[in-house]
Amino acid sequence: MALAEWMRQNKAPVVTKWFQVLLADYAGESGRFLEKYQEQFANPMGYAFFQGLEGLFEQLLEGLEPHRVRPCLDKIMRIRAVEDFSPSQAVDFVFRLKGVVREQLSGEIQANRVSTPEILAFETMIDNLALLAFDQYMLCREHLNEVRINEIKNRTARLLARAGGATF
Amino acid sequence: MASVPKPDQLLKIDHRPPQTGWMDTPVVFKKGTYSHAAKAKNLEAVDLPNPRDWSPDQQDWKLPENWKEIVLEGLRERLSRYRSLQIFMDICVRCGACADKCHFFIGSGDPKNMPVLRAELLRSVYRKDFTTAGKILGKFAGARELTTDVIKEWFYYFFQCTECRRCSVFCPYGIDTAEITIIVRELLNLLGCNIDWIAGPVANCYRTGNHLGIQPHTFKDMVEFCVEDIEKLTGVKIEPTFNRKGAEILFVTPSGDVFADPGTYTLMGYLMLFHELGLDYTWSTYASDGGNFGFFHSMEMAKRLNYKIYAEAKRLGVKWILGGECGHMWRVIHQYMDTMNGPADFLEVPVSPITGTRFDHAGSTKMVHIAEFTADLIRHNKLKLDARRNDHFKVTFHDSCNPARSMGLFEEPRYVLRNVCNHFYDMPEGTIREQTFCCGSGGGLNSDEFSEMRMRGGFPRANAVRYVREKYGVNTLACICAVDRAALPPLMQYWVPGVEVAGLHELVGNALIMSGEVPRTSDLRGNPLAEGDGDGDV
Repeated sequence: MALAEWMRQNKAPVVTKWFQVLLADYAGESGRFLEKYQEQFANPMGYAFFQGLEGLFEQLLEGLEPHRVRPCLDKIMRIRAVEDFSPSQAVDFVFRLKGVVREQLSGEIQANRVSTPEILAFETMIDNLALLAFDQYMLCREHLNEVRINEIKNRTARLLARAGGATF
Repeated sequence: MASVPKPDQLLKIDHRPPQTGWMDTPVVFKKGTYSHAAKAKNLEAVDLPNPRDWSPDQQDWKLPENWKEIVLEGLRERLSRYRSLQIFMDICVRCGACADKCHFFIGSGDPKNMPVLRAELLRSVYRKDFTTAGKILGKFAGARELTTDVIKEWFYYFFQCTECRRCSVFCPYGIDTAEITIIVRELLNLLGCNIDWIAGPVANCYRTGNHLGIQPHTFKDMVEFCVEDIEKLTGVKIEPTFNRKGAEILFVTPSGDVFADPGTYTLMGYLMLFHELGLDYTWSTYASDGGNFGFFHSMEMAKRLNYKIYAEAKRLGVKWILGGECGHMWRVIHQYMDTMNGPADFLEVPVSPITGTRFDHAGSTKMVHIAEFTADLIRHNKLKLDARRNDHFKVTFHDSCNPARSMGLFEEPRYVLRNVCNHFYDMPEGTIREQTFCCGSGGGLNSDEFSEMRMRGGFPRANAVRYVREKYGVNTLACICAVDRAALPPLMQYWVPGVEVAGLHELVGNALIMSGEVPRTSDLRGNPLAEGDGDGDV
């Protein structure tokens, strides 16, 4: 329980650090711009990333219910799915939460205030979150392809309908 | 012995992007982020240089042997022809005001999409070959050698700019980065490097008058298809005329309204409005597209494709021209047509035959935007409208880039919307009017193979739509641009499912009470109306 309590008390620094780790995927100037996460409309990516990470962190503390996790994941993965990342790079930020937590928690570990089984259990949850993130990534990619197919169909639909009532 | 990394070395994974300078980071052509190359036949159709089959992701772009000389000579010529270009090259102090204003940068985080850096892609070459400091100091003065990698980089990034001009709104010096994009695209064209989504429509438009290459009989057929739909919905038979000499008004609209949903519903709205007014107007089957993809190619091509509008107005002997809902069409008309192919002395200053309003601001071009025309009709109480027929729509308005930033057309469409809809909600400040976010697909970038990049570029717009959807339950995104009507539906499907896209005059058509109409049971798309909303009892 010590770990869960620590997480609750240290939510803000952990999420902020996790956010910085995610932004490290973006080149210097871009990362600095994306950091201004409060600007919902001028910086929608940074805003969505921060909101998503904050939500995911809360869900990790709540037990990772998939139906509650997905909307938070979608805020991030819908963007990552249309960027230049490979699938593994796109979900990599989830695994990197382990490093963030270990670093922030080092004092607690050295003082034996957090047990190894607790840490391992939490890291297993992060692994599970990564699996859900990959599912969400694939869902977004499939959605993107579906949108593209619909667009191609729609371009000729009216002409075909006129030509002979053909529909897709 | 081979050098095998040790385990601790393998564990050192750098997650950060490459830290090479922007000049030394070549582009990677990944599917989804670039458009297909222009086909040889489409370049040949309009006598453009270096027609060949090639692909951007191949190493060899089959450039002409003297490609470098061609580009530098092309740049020299344009620097002397356009004083604005020379100023734009020299005056930028890299203050960064534009940096975070581009929708592609905001939506992708790619630093080369910061307008200042995108312009620097050209400026660095300019410095090397056209400034003393650059010639002597090279890289220290921000100059670089023109290489094939630079050409590839230009192709990648200048076919990622939609020429929306949002960045120029924020530039303290008024640098129009869209014009820099226009010039670089012109230079690329000298080497035969364009995208087919532009070259194909240009070739079609030059031959048939419209981007889709539809011939006159099919154009007429498609309009009449909409006429049949209107009769089914309203019981009113409309009889539009084509190429009728002596009509008072020539109506020109983008061909997207004629051939693709949801533009066709906008077309139905035009037809219904003109019929109800008894307007003495005609369609032209040659000036069958107000859109002008030539503008995404070069100024010369824009001029060639624009020519047909005045030519048809003259041939048909009309008094003035009314233009439909389109984006870049209006930038060409409002900012270039008068000097490209005008002055249209043979036409009269447009006067609305219904209200008597004289459109003096169009006194030289002789062409009026339909949003102004309809707003004037409503202002003079000339239309019977039942806004309840749009009650199933909760509407927001996307200011299309060109009518907004090139014409300042902010109030007229909103005035019309407030009169034909009962539920209208604007998106937040900073995302509308002159600061509107682009759809991400303008500038000839609406190809399906470019889908990933379009989703990135359109994200800031979609994000603002999502906000009004969550806050007010908005389900309809109205706009006055044919590219928007093609590009926004997929954008909404991906980012904000549940929001449909409609043209302004589709909503006018729904609300318009026509003489002799039967009680409406559905809107123009066939969606059933709520009980009592179609009886016209206002």
